[in-house]
Amino acid sequence: MTDMTVGSGFDAGPVPERAPEQRVRGYWQTVWQKLRYDYVTLFFMALIALIILSAVFAPLLAPIDPYKSSMVYRLKPIGYKQFILGTDEQGRDMLSRLLYGGRVSLTMGIVPVVLATSIGGLLGVLAGYLGGRPNTIIMRTMDVFFAFPSVLLAVAISGSLGNGIPNQLLTLTVVMIPPLCRVAETATSQIRGMDFVDAARASGASMPSILFRHVLINAISPVLVYASTLVSACILLASGLSFLGLGVPPPTPDWGLMLSTLRQAIYVQPLVCALPGVAILITSVAFNLVSDGLRQAMDVKG
Amino acid sequence: MRKAKSPLQTVPPGHPNDRGGKAQPMLIVEDLRKYFPIHAGPLNRKVAEVKAVDGISFSVVKGETLGVVGESGCGKSTMARLLMHLMPKDTGHLIFDGDAVAEPTGISLRELRRNLQMVFQDSYSSLNPRLPIEESIAYGPCVHGAKRAEAKAIARDLLEKVGLRPELFGARYPHELSGGQKQRVNIARALALNPRMLILDEAVSALDKSVEAQVLQLLGYLKRHFNLTYMFISHDLHVVQYISDRVLVMYLGQIVEIGPVDEIYNSPRHPYTRALLNSRLSMDPDERVETAPLVGDPPNPIDPPSGCRFRTRCPFAEEVCAANAPPLGRSSSPLDHLAACHMAHEGSGHSRANQSPAILRPSIPPVAAPVQRIHA
Repeated sequence: MTDMTVGSGFDAGPVPERAPEQRVRGYWQTVWQKLRYDYVTLFFMALIALIILSAVFAPLLAPIDPYKSSMVYRLKPIGYKQFILGTDEQGRDMLSRLLYGGRVSLTMGIVPVVLATSIGGLLGVLAGYLGGRPNTIIMRTMDVFFAFPSVLLAVAISGSLGNGIPNQLLTLTVVMIPPLCRVAETATSQIRGMDFVDAARASGASMPSILFRHVLINAISPVLVYASTLVSACILLASGLSFLGLGVPPPTPDWGLMLSTLRQAIYVQPLVCALPGVAILITSVAFNLVSDGLRQAMDVKG
Repeated sequence: MRKAKSPLQTVPPGHPNDRGGKAQPMLIVEDLRKYFPIHAGPLNRKVAEVKAVDGISFSVVKGETLGVVGESGCGKSTMARLLMHLMPKDTGHLIFDGDAVAEPTGISLRELRRNLQMVFQDSYSSLNPRLPIEESIAYGPCVHGAKRAEAKAIARDLLEKVGLRPELFGARYPHELSGGQKQRVNIARALALNPRMLILDEAVSALDKSVEAQVLQLLGYLKRHFNLTYMFISHDLHVVQYISDRVLVMYLGQIVEIGPVDEIYNSPRHPYTRALLNSRLSMDPDERVETAPLVGDPPNPIDPPSGCRFRTRCPFAEEVCAANAPPLGRSSSPLDHLAACHMAHEGSGHSRANQSPAILRPSIPPVAAPVQRIHA
């Protein structure tokens, strides 16, 4: 070790006057260094990017208007004339509808999780850091939501609010808050017991400063990893709600809704009917694998 | 053996922030008390209290090292946390260099924390794993209004002082350091606010012996360099003897004996201190003890024994010990050697009260179960 000791009478031996300065590597830089060689995670990250881009640029990519129906071309197989992925029960182009459907489904997957992460994460960090009575109030409220199965809770809320995209976003956010709050609370209360938080308090720091500088930076990785697994769960839940008729109203293209309406034609065109399901499957598998990779990369030794 | 020294000889020539003058103790603690409530039952009522720190008063002389010893669970660390105001105290007053703390006429808590800092035992959990160590050190000055560049300069200077080259170590994360290096960083972090007193809570206990020696040397160097006063909490009696000017012995949340280190180690007055000292390992095989000097666990701090708290384990316990608690007594000078034992107070009613402590010194082991021979 080039550990030069001043007061202990130890001589570190001949050392250069000034060693080359070591640069500070930020936390995210360290995470990226690990991710760089995790090709599986990188591949699925690219896939997610591709799916998102295809949804964003759906108007440019879609070969045919997704709402244009035709009695003649109903339930055509994959590769029939200009319909690359076939047509649905109203003769609308499946490829175009899948691209447009990604817009709704991905929004339903990502937006509620982002909202729930900020709200639930904040509540959880506060509950974990303050402890005592605030913790009891916040966490017992969350327990009330936990008492319902998430699907039942989602059905109950969107059933009472009525369908439509804003209501569905609200429903999914409410459903996602308790688990994220719980994870943030657990992570925070572990960190709160560590001596470096006490050391920060002993230096006279204010609570917001301690929360941002010391607590949040340590609590954020388990919360982010958990949130990324919730994206796929959220897409599935949203699809389920649409399937039940509680999500977006037809004829808006949405993967869950498409799956729901096409199921009557499953004996006529099984492959075409499975397509929205395949889209959901690929997206949720990709999100799950990426969150797995993130968990490993963010698990920087403490 | 090292030569005896008086703590007053170690008073530094003067610190730029000194207010009270040489004779004013750095810290006076009066009647510090902390009871932890125990809640139980369906209504979560308070059913009992753990008397973790039960009315302790002492003072820390400027420039000295006050060693604090005692068994696990005797309230040493609770006391340190109370002094740092990391947990609210039930009762008690603190006077730091003549100024009452957190009282209308005195200094604020923030001011106290500038002057009184603490080094934690667990070097692993006492550094933020997501911050490079120089940022951890610079955090304190930043909180107190230093500019980023200034704080960084302070941090790098301190890293150099604790023997870690800032250009090599400054950018490292805690997991890239060894235990001894982390403890050096902890010491640097505690010094970042330029405090006048450090509480070292088992600061070297988790280190291996050679690193412990290095860190102790470093502490000595820093003390001279920065005019520091130390309160050194440890369960290692050898280390305490090496580093301390005075020693405070705690038992079950109370002070049982306090005095200059050589007097405590050469002529302990309290039977508990004597038992503690007898439990040290000896380098001489002929002096190996085969009976434990102290048997059993300390009594339950929820329901401590009446009178003297040590009487249940004391070989000299008599009726008077159960009847009333022996006072520690007030010291007129910090050099006084005080013991909270009836045997140390003449006229207390104890049959041995008139004997000089020297007669008691040869250890009289209590009736005890034999312990395993060390060299068996």
